[in-house]
Amino acid sequence: MPFPPPLRWAVELDGAGRHPAAWRLPGACPGDLFTAAHWRRLAATVEAADLDLLVVPDAYRLQSAGERDQRGRLDAVAVAAHLAPLTRRTGLVPVVTATHTEPFHTQKAIATLDLTSRGRAGWQVEVSTTPAEADLFGRKPVAPADELWREAAETVDVARRLWDSWEDDAVVRDLATGRYVDRDKLHPVDFAGGFFTVKGPSITPRSPQGQPLVVVPVRDEPSLALAAAQADVARLETASPERAAAWAARLPDATVLLDVEILLRRGAGEAAGVAAQLDAWSPGHAPRTLRHVGTPDTFRGLVQALPAGVDGVAAVPLDLPGSLDVLTAEVLPRLPRPVVRGTTLRERFGLPRPVSRYAREVPA
Amino acid sequence: MSAKRQVHLGAHFPGVNQTTVWRDPRAGSQTDFTSFEHLARTAERGLMDFFFLAEGLRLREQGGTIYDLDVVGRPDTLTVLNSLAAVTTHLGLAGTINATFNEAAEVARQFASLDHLSGGRAAWNVVTSSDAFTGENFRRGGYLAHADRYVRAREVIDVARAFWDSWGPGALVADPELGVFARDVHDVGHHGPQFDVRGPGLLPRSPQGHPVLFQAGDSDDGREFGAAYADAVFTMHGTLEAGRRFTADLRARAVRNGRSGEDLRILPGASFVLGDTEAEARENARTIRFQQVGPQQAVAFLEQVWGRDLTGFDPEGPLPVQDPDLTATIAQGRTRFPRDRVEVAREWRELAAANGWSARELVVEVSGRQQFVGTPEQVAAEIDEYVQADACDGFILVPHLTPTGLDEFVDRVVPLLQERGAYRTEYTGTTLREHLGLTHPHDASRALDPAPRTA
Ligand SMILES: Cc1cc2nc3c(=O)[nH]c(=O)nc-3n(C[C@H](O)[C@H](O)[C@H](O)COP(=O)(O)O)c2cc1C
Repeated sequence: MPFPPPLRWAVELDGAGRHPAAWRLPGACPGDLFTAAHWRRLAATVEAADLDLLVVPDAYRLQSAGERDQRGRLDAVAVAAHLAPLTRRTGLVPVVTATHTEPFHTQKAIATLDLTSRGRAGWQVEVSTTPAEADLFGRKPVAPADELWREAAETVDVARRLWDSWEDDAVVRDLATGRYVDRDKLHPVDFAGGFFTVKGPSITPRSPQGQPLVVVPVRDEPSLALAAAQADVARLETASPERAAAWAARLPDATVLLDVEILLRRGAGEAAGVAAQLDAWSPGHAPRTLRHVGTPDTFRGLVQALPAGVDGVAAVPLDLPGSLDVLTAEVLPRLPRPVVRGTTLRERFGLPRPVSRYAREVPA
Repeated sequence: MSAKRQVHLGAHFPGVNQTTVWRDPRAGSQTDFTSFEHLARTAERGLMDFFFLAEGLRLREQGGTIYDLDVVGRPDTLTVLNSLAAVTTHLGLAGTINATFNEAAEVARQFASLDHLSGGRAAWNVVTSSDAFTGENFRRGGYLAHADRYVRAREVIDVARAFWDSWGPGALVADPELGVFARDVHDVGHHGPQFDVRGPGLLPRSPQGHPVLFQAGDSDDGREFGAAYADAVFTMHGTLEAGRRFTADLRARAVRNGRSGEDLRILPGASFVLGDTEAEARENARTIRFQQVGPQQAVAFLEQVWGRDLTGFDPEGPLPVQDPDLTATIAQGRTRFPRDRVEVAREWRELAAANGWSARELVVEVSGRQQFVGTPEQVAAEIDEYVQADACDGFILVPHLTPTGLDEFVDRVVPLLQERGAYRTEYTGTTLREHLGLTHPHDASRALDPAPRTA
């Protein structure tokens, strides 16, 4: 069998981990989960291991109503922005839901994250599917999934237009004419979709990457449709290798990552024991994706046999920092990794820096 | 305790306004994070209370096209502040966020997040501008009548406070032995004309309980709102006498709203120009004013007042001979000119004639704002005088240069304020509330209030 090609790696960090009982494990420091110190520690580990993406999850609802489970989250853009000056390499990808938030606010927040991270911003698009989320805004009722994803598609579309609405060289600082900007290089987007209208241009000048990376989770047909149309990076949320391969085949233009919930320990028995303990503390949490409870060796085996069309892994530690530490210390160093050139996220992914769609050809 | 009233200082990032000089060779980027970082680190070196960001949500227009003579565009307020929280340790981080074009649950959580990540240094400057022009960038755009702006602002704050209080003070238990992560998390239930929301806050109570609230707005409604809700008021009141009247008015309004007048910090925006001698400072100030009001800016300013397209007008000659066109609104996205424009034009013609000023010189004279001009000793003395006379509690300094415009003030004026006993020599607290000397944070009483807050 040929040596496997280099893999892309994202990691999603959710408080003490995705398992709602993970905060009770030794080493979790549960009293610190809402502090900068917690996030700095995790980011330092991610950065040292040179992962491609650090994803900060988010939603407008509490994870659980029960007092035994971890609940509460900081705003994901806030966390990513906080980590921006403290990191140099890893891409920072907050989740921002598109359902109840204003597209204009979202796009300028992500463009600004690109500024403060010097070109390392991404945005993972999500939708809000529950009445609890709708009630927090009180603006509109819950809609079916296909409608939510169509609205999200409009949000991504308008964000990309707004990111292009300032051409690269719009700021001219021309002493002779007294102009700070060339207004011919600023463009209204005049967007009128099925869900909202936005005038534009953006209030925020064009960011270092021009277009920050758009990450889309794929879990059904509507989200797959958005990923196929708009994603730079797609995360496949399925435990079925066949379905992953089928989805990947429909995403020829995106970097495709397979989501894997991980609980890693140096011994197989230890990993299984921790998993059993977590489920005993807080039962009934079925995997949302592929789940791997095991050792560095067993996990390496999994990633060396990824389904066709999958470019890498979006690892979701069930516990933090435990599984992240094993992943970065024991798994990643022994896998082929791409050589990274450049400092922006687009450069890391080998993507060109796009020219604004509104830029006019200058006659030679 | 200090014998003297203490001066409070904030640092305004020089952004989209007529005072920011971008033509100076020393003027750096308006968007690179290094610019924000430099100003914030300088403010912290100067032991200032906070860093301050204004907000605009649509590019300004004049005569139907984007206004291109001042700095245009700005990064997102909250994102910049969260990044600055990582490179500062004590400095308060104050962000202007509009109450009209944001949802209460979302902003409440954003400011609570900033407060958590900064360890208690967040402030929200609540503004209300509601023009349909700005609204065109938003789903709910432009629908809010002028008279309803502060109705909504009050409701936004009521709902935000309910979210901030929805986790009890000890709700985050996080005790692995007990197996309890969080208890005492309450649902907010609010039904009002602007918001109909239900559900829990998504975060534990933040270090300050409630982030500090600033208010900027000067109508009667605006002052009432500030007196009832704000911890600090950002104003433009310049002279000592005007400042004393404004401050007395705001403190009296606070008392009528059941608060102590001392619960409010009154902080006018102010620029400053220093020199080794008074004459040199005046000369520097004159140079800066003419950089701020270039020939094109002078014409643009007159267009705003005259309501007319003045293409081809010579700013080095006399003022326009026609009277202002009162039917036209030529400028979009900025605060409306408050006075009778025909009357203003008449006054300015007389003023220019009496002094032999060109149109541009006239604009330089009438478009200025509160400025401290002098030697460091003079500026320190004047700032101290304002605060001791209760014309304000301090100032939000608006440097004219990005990002180095505050360096000289911190190096030369701050030590003199310290010598006068009017300014801290080290941070004595870690939160913005502590820096501002706010002894009665709203959350203290509300946290103990067992009554349900649902309407
Ligand atoms: C000192 C000061 C600073 C202000 N800064 C902003 C700002 O950054 N963004 C904004 O949209 N409005 C800003 N405003 C406008 C106010 O929010 C408000 O809309 C305006 O003053 C009209 O309100 P009023 O009728 O109460 O005066 C500012 C106003 C003042 C007095």
